[in-house]
Amino acid sequence: MNGEELTEQETALYDRQIRVWGVDAQRRLSKSHVFVSGLKGTAVEFCKNIVLAGVGSLTLNDDNPVTEEALAANFLIPFDENMGGGGSLAELCCDSLKDFNPMVHVSVEKGDLSSFDVDFFEKFDVVVISCCSLAAKKSVNEKCRKLSKRVAFYTVDCRDSCGEIFVDLQKYAYAKKKADETVECQLHYPSFEEAIAIPWRSLPKRVSKLYFAMRVVERFEEVERRKPGETSIEDLPNVLKLRNELCLAHSLNESQIPDSLLERLVVSTKEFPPVSAVLGGILGQEVIKAISGKGDPLKNFFFFDSVDGKGLIEDISTS
Amino acid sequence: MASGEQLPAIKGAKVLMVGAGGIGCELLKTLALSGFQDIHIIDMDTIEVSNLNRQFLFRQSHVGQSKAKVARDAVLRFRPQISITPYHANVKDSNFNVDFFKQFSVVLNGLDNLDARRHVNRLCLAADVPLVESGTTGFLGQVTVHIKGQTECYECQPKPAPKTYPVCTITSTPSKFVHCIVWAKDLLFAKLFGDKNQDNDLNVRSNDTTTSSDHSEDIFERRKDEDIQQYANRIYDHVFGHNIQTALSNEETWKNRNKPRPIYVKDVLSDEPIQQNGNADKMLDNDNLSSLSAMAFLGLKNPQDIWSLKENSRVFFAALKLFFSKRQKEIGNLTFDKDDPLAVEFVTAAANIRATSFNIPLHSLFEAKGIAGNIVHAVATTNAIIAGLIVIEAIKVLQNDTKSCRMTYCLEHPSRKMLLMPVEPFEPNKSCYVCSETPLLLEVNTHRAKLRDLVEKIVTSKLGMSLPLITHGSSLLYEVGDDLEEDMVANYAANLEKVLSELPYAITGGTIITVEDLQQELVCNINIKHREEFDEEKEPDGMVLHGWTPAPAAENNKDATDNNGASTSSTSKSAPDVMEDDDELLIIETGIETIPAGGKKRKLSDVSNSDTAVDEKRSKKIPEQPENNGDVFVMLDDGNDDISERVSQ
Repeated sequence: MNGEELTEQETALYDRQIRVWGVDAQRRLSKSHVFVSGLKGTAVEFCKNIVLAGVGSLTLNDDNPVTEEALAANFLIPFDENMGGGGSLAELCCDSLKDFNPMVHVSVEKGDLSSFDVDFFEKFDVVVISCCSLAAKKSVNEKCRKLSKRVAFYTVDCRDSCGEIFVDLQKYAYAKKKADETVECQLHYPSFEEAIAIPWRSLPKRVSKLYFAMRVVERFEEVERRKPGETSIEDLPNVLKLRNELCLAHSLNESQIPDSLLERLVVSTKEFPPVSAVLGGILGQEVIKAISGKGDPLKNFFFFDSVDGKGLIEDISTS
Repeated sequence: MASGEQLPAIKGAKVLMVGAGGIGCELLKTLALSGFQDIHIIDMDTIEVSNLNRQFLFRQSHVGQSKAKVARDAVLRFRPQISITPYHANVKDSNFNVDFFKQFSVVLNGLDNLDARRHVNRLCLAADVPLVESGTTGFLGQVTVHIKGQTECYECQPKPAPKTYPVCTITSTPSKFVHCIVWAKDLLFAKLFGDKNQDNDLNVRSNDTTTSSDHSEDIFERRKDEDIQQYANRIYDHVFGHNIQTALSNEETWKNRNKPRPIYVKDVLSDEPIQQNGNADKMLDNDNLSSLSAMAFLGLKNPQDIWSLKENSRVFFAALKLFFSKRQKEIGNLTFDKDDPLAVEFVTAAANIRATSFNIPLHSLFEAKGIAGNIVHAVATTNAIIAGLIVIEAIKVLQNDTKSCRMTYCLEHPSRKMLLMPVEPFEPNKSCYVCSETPLLLEVNTHRAKLRDLVEKIVTSKLGMSLPLITHGSSLLYEVGDDLEEDMVANYAANLEKVLSELPYAITGGTIITVEDLQQELVCNINIKHREEFDEEKEPDGMVLHGWTPAPAAENNKDATDNNGASTSSTSKSAPDVMEDDDELLIIETGIETIPAGGKKRKLSDVSNSDTAVDEKRSKKIPEQPENNGDVFVMLDDGNDDISERVSQ
């Protein structure tokens, strides 16, 4: 459905959402190409949302086999299939997603995320990675930024009942309605690497504790060469130690990264389905905004913790 | 999966979901993934194509089937071991009584109308079962928790009723496009294609008393063997030409308003041949009713286009002709249905022609359909977020952790960095007649108002009772039920027609009557106060209810998203939200309720706002609509509203 006008089928199917974002936005969506790597529950929620929204194509990457843990927050995989049927997570999710909206082209890209080069990402307008190491985040982000066309880059992660979304739209210009006039705005996003390099004490006061906590756990996994999410209660003392070291280096009070929060992130690494739904929804909206050019995109981190119930935007940048 | 502590509470819980639509699909999925094992779900609807952009448990092949059943089947595919009991039924059915509700640990609403929400609220109070309410519209959403005795019930803060417009605005002095839509839909369409026995205000009253209104009644009847085109021309000239001419003769009306101009066929389509293009013959030969479309007939492709007066007129004629030539059997029984393309085309065209007359901007079919059909814009993402939040609250309820329950608002634009804003629930409103059994006060002319008026205007509409029982002291004045004896029924019918002061046990100033609904287990005492005069414009019902804090026609932005379906909040443009963040406790200061910072109590808003008495009848569903007594129209929303403006920084 790549013609200029929406087809009758699209108009009927998308009626309710066209009333939200308009026909132009819907057209742009139908021409966009999205890549998602790391298909745990939150990413799957995002995929559902983006397919329903009617993007042009969705490419899935996750060679992991289907495990019970993977199924915990995954509603795409029918029960009978998961019993040793073979096939990677991506392949099984692909089949189900196609069903949600036959007008979206859903496919699988095999291979390790680190093996894809800069040219690979040129095919896409949006790249979303989940459950990836710090190194992978930096690397993929950099590749996206090397391209001459703008490829929007997002990370999304959920541990226990906490979640983090990172957004990099590079230089993003858009029209914003202020009172009765339309104002041209331009946002400058830092890369993930640039953002997390900002010294903690330079950050605005009252930045979400979850930001710091995530950085500690991220660093821990990097130093210990763990896979993302591969931590347990045994690691807690060392994580707390690392927290103390980092706080010292950044001149940040330790109380800014509570023990209890770190414990939650380190011990219960599984995604909590309601939080996956919230994160997948927020991320879905952000990607739709970026593709359609409509609506104020968030800059540049989003945090959610079901314990306090706040969905917060933090601007971790130098601009 | 939820944490270890939460699992037992979740596994053992029996949960009721009301609604299997936008929020429902997301909710059922998330509940299943979160470990819930015994879920019951009620939904009376069947699946439509326009649902598929967000109700992802459904497929094209399911169109026409029961939402509750298909949702269940879809979820069992990835969680076959859980128990999901679907009910393809209306939650207001008498089987869903207090005992039914009592079996659940928590009730989760994903409804799309105020009426059902109020009903469920009352049943949950009666059964003492916590209720988690929710709503979404576009990018906005909210989740609220209601626990008897601990928090407000759903009705402690009155919800905005659908916007209504005075009759004269619709019949004589429209100033907005929505007025033209109401005219085209509820008057013209109804007159031409609907029940002829219904009262209809289509004809403008002229000052000239020599023009008898009976005479003009005939104009809308198609004469025997009258040529369709001739009939159509006659109608067109009458409603867009002569009626306007007549209205212009009332000088007073136009003193401070722009005068409309009459439009006649000859001025618009003077030399046009009647047949439009090659499609014409094909269309008239085709017996497939569902493909009948004036647009297709005329070769108009884009529903987003704004047609010219000429095009609108052509559509008007084409639609009318198609109805009369291809759908004669239905004429006299039709009600407007937003999914009937021909009806939508007709109403759009008629509204646009009228709008042209009155110098009101024209709208596309797409826009008109949204307004006429009360279509709520909806996307999957907001529903997914809200569903996640509902489950989080439900788990707290199940763990008896009610102190940490919250109301959460999903915003389109961040407020103090927040896109998701949690707020402490309020304590119950002591003067809420639903959960606090506070008596109400009714001002009414007891010598003029009949019992029927009381029932229709107050008991069923304002008080939301479905099966009311009215007593005065120990005497039963009125009740509704299936098992009543004939003489009782006759007695009640007679009572309905009596004025209050002439009832067997007269209702006069100082009387206290009791109104109850046995199914909702709601009892309400009303003190009667006699008043002689009521302002026709501001108090068209001829009675005013106090103590029931009326929904102001404008503000109450907190509940802007109460309806997943029908968007009932009216066309308010302001009432900004001011956030006071004292770290954990977040308080919203709205235009109507002032909340002292740090406190959880709420000062009552001023009770009698006579200028809000305009919104009366709530029901928009045609079957439930009480007989139109001509005073006020039940209205739909101006679909052009940007609801997001209401929840701003």
